[in-house]
Amino acid sequence: MSSAALHTQSDTNYLNDGFGIRSWLLTTDHKRIAILYLITNTLFFFMGSVMAALIRIELLTPEGDLVQPDMYNRLFTMHGVIMVFLFLIPTIPAVFGNFLIPIMIGAKDLAFPRLNLGSWYVFNVGAALIFYSIFKGGLDTGWTFYVPFSSTYSATNVMTAAVGIFIAGFASIMTGLNFLVTIHRMRAPGMTWFRMPLFVWAHYATSIIILLGTPVVAVTILMVGAERVLHLGIFDPAYGGDPILFQHLFWFYSHPAVYIMVLPAMGIQSELVAGMCRNRVFGYRAVCYASVAIAVLGFLVWGHHMYTTGQSPYAGTIFSFLTMLVAVPSAVKTFNWTATLYRGSISWETPMIYAAAFIGLFIIGGTTGVMLGTLGIDVHVHDTYFVVAHFHYVMVGVTMMGFMGGLHYWWPKITGRMYDAFWSKISALLIFVGFNLTFFPQFLLGYMGMPRRYHAYPEQWQTLNVLSTAGASVLGIGFVLPAIYFLWSLKKGKKAEANPWGAVGLEWEISSPPISHNFEETPVVINEAYDYQAGHVGVIPSTEKEADLV
Amino acid sequence: MKLPFFPEQASAMAQQVDAISLFAVSISFVAGVGIVAVLTWLGLRYRRSHRDEVGSAGHSSNLLEIIWSVIPGIIFIGLFFWGAKIYFENYRIPPDAVRYYVVGKQWMWKYQHPSGNREINDFHVPVDTPIELVVTSEDVIHSFFVPALRVKRDAVPGRYSTTWFEANRTGTFDIFCAEYCGAEHSLMIGKLHVMEQHDYEEWLEGNEPAQSLAMSGAALFEQNSCGTCHRSDSSARAPILDGIYGREIALLGGGVIVADDAYIRESIMNPQAKVVAGYQPIMPTFQGQLREEEILELISYIQSLGKKAESRTEAAAAVSDEGE
Repeated sequence: MSSAALHTQSDTNYLNDGFGIRSWLLTTDHKRIAILYLITNTLFFFMGSVMAALIRIELLTPEGDLVQPDMYNRLFTMHGVIMVFLFLIPTIPAVFGNFLIPIMIGAKDLAFPRLNLGSWYVFNVGAALIFYSIFKGGLDTGWTFYVPFSSTYSATNVMTAAVGIFIAGFASIMTGLNFLVTIHRMRAPGMTWFRMPLFVWAHYATSIIILLGTPVVAVTILMVGAERVLHLGIFDPAYGGDPILFQHLFWFYSHPAVYIMVLPAMGIQSELVAGMCRNRVFGYRAVCYASVAIAVLGFLVWGHHMYTTGQSPYAGTIFSFLTMLVAVPSAVKTFNWTATLYRGSISWETPMIYAAAFIGLFIIGGTTGVMLGTLGIDVHVHDTYFVVAHFHYVMVGVTMMGFMGGLHYWWPKITGRMYDAFWSKISALLIFVGFNLTFFPQFLLGYMGMPRRYHAYPEQWQTLNVLSTAGASVLGIGFVLPAIYFLWSLKKGKKAEANPWGAVGLEWEISSPPISHNFEETPVVINEAYDYQAGHVGVIPSTEKEADLV
Repeated sequence: MKLPFFPEQASAMAQQVDAISLFAVSISFVAGVGIVAVLTWLGLRYRRSHRDEVGSAGHSSNLLEIIWSVIPGIIFIGLFFWGAKIYFENYRIPPDAVRYYVVGKQWMWKYQHPSGNREINDFHVPVDTPIELVVTSEDVIHSFFVPALRVKRDAVPGRYSTTWFEANRTGTFDIFCAEYCGAEHSLMIGKLHVMEQHDYEEWLEGNEPAQSLAMSGAALFEQNSCGTCHRSDSSARAPILDGIYGREIALLGGGVIVADDAYIRESIMNPQAKVVAGYQPIMPTFQGQLREEEILELISYIQSLGKKAESRTEAAAAVSDEGE
């Protein structure tokens, strides 16, 4: 494996290039901004998890005995709002996208570094408002904000939280725009579209969804506000509005938002599978096109959340059909990742365990998604725990596995340190087992008819609920371990090499951690992504001739 | 047939839904096990044997891509057709169905029998009889859900949604609210009592013999002085209501509309919205003055005014076609 290294191991890197608090809070380095996001979003994830833990403890017994119904409703609402809007939607793009996209395409930074920093502040203003609404009495509308409950009946801080989400949405738009421009304009010489890593493709598709979808939810929030404050008749039938219109607008954003969450994770998955199998991703182009197909078709299926609302059955039929179509590219991706193992050189380090867990959970999340898209099945399981289980399999199973896998894969690159291999494998297994134990019983509960968002439930469902809570405890331990060994690695971890996994990609051809400008000189890309035969993708211009001779 | 983790089946619809669900689960199981088996085998077979080993050259195969797009695609589309068939059965109300009204309200279910009997949360119905449900809400969105029947329909304020069922066995089954509706969402539950026909009739009589819905509606019509304008003996200021139910009527400013439940409700709550051709928009709104159940009684009354003029089938068609 010959490697034309693009780096010379130096003592300065982006982490020791300035130490003061200002050097972090005013940084325009995409890598430091990624770390800022990583810190805040991990914090949000733990806050959302605490609420999940309280929900699971309440559901240990059929009676509503731990908290009052009002409190329970606030808990699941805040769990949903925090996890969806402050963790699942922003995190992978803002952390890994930010850190890796410029490096992967051979650029020194994103196209708009200050906009990038600005997005973090805007995001935190949004988050602050959401937390303000939580601590000033909470929010009880469910993360879906269905009217007229949210617009007329709820006495909680709907507007504060909604404005928080509105503002956080702008951070998403800033990030998406930055990625699109960067990917179009800043690719290194030789980095053609079909030489880009699939991670970059996935973020490209995601950015399109962000730019087209987020404004719609912003407008919807403004309309809820207009109705709450000015009593304009938009959604509330009492003022001549239509509550179903809200659901159309909400899901027009929120269904594509699911793809905002999963596409970047799928991008990570492609990198993990390729890197840990030292193989080009099978059907590279098919996976590129699948990302774009998901982004486009994802906008045309929102009505499958509304089969029981009394929406016209013909509309329901069309939405069901399109839902079946969007399932195809997802299936294609799964087959391609699996096929990538064929004739690979597979290392079962922690990132590979996450990649395998991803496939396992995605099969269950995906096939139950097809069931939910099927009209005749959905009417029965809609708004039951079946749906809860399904979207946790997709959002947590895919997005969280992607996030954790990515964190374990690029941690040496980001921090320059190795974490504990043994404990990270134990943690990955605990998360996988705990996750299935938590959410699989919920499929059964849902099919048996247990509606979601129930504070108390009939006794016959207790056994499965106890299992689910037991699983959540295992899951909790699984997530506490990484917090320990990652922090430990920062102090005591072995120094990471530039390329600890022996993977191919521009990020592995620069030092760990990278220098502030990533590359000493802009590299020239001479190979396709994942070219394990050549062993590298880029060269430094001055050595280009030599490289040609090799 | 009672499978583990399947709720009891109390209708033919329940059997159909379970059949398609079982089919989907089986296919998913086979596919899932297949993928995991391949993944495991490849994962062990191609473990890294020495430190510098790399995978073989980049590979792809258009044939494989086509195969694994087309096969799942065909399965998904097959599921789609099967599911759509069941869904349409849910929507197509049998002509001989008897109409019951269901009104959701924070946090209870209220029912009106065609005989005029009313119930809260507990709902008595006869077995082997097609029953049409017209579902609406007095406040926020609720969802009427009977797992044993595999029936669910959202109760949306300002809108009548219809569904139907035919229970094929007697017994007592759970009713839940499936759409989150506030503090006591999980207490908005009831019981469906499916009874033999004669038991049901006895039950109806045993309970305070109520006025029929149409009679209650007539009383309301009187109380609210609707007859001042809606008089059948004059050229009056308002349309004659006899026989209007389920009929197409021309609107002021062009267009026609079928005078179904939704239109009549709208005309009471928001009379200016769609005025009948030839009349002035002078009717006052009854928004906030009538409860949803009272509106339903008025509708039944108006329906009863035109019994001769229209057949049950047309009315059902008009209602079940209620679109966006």
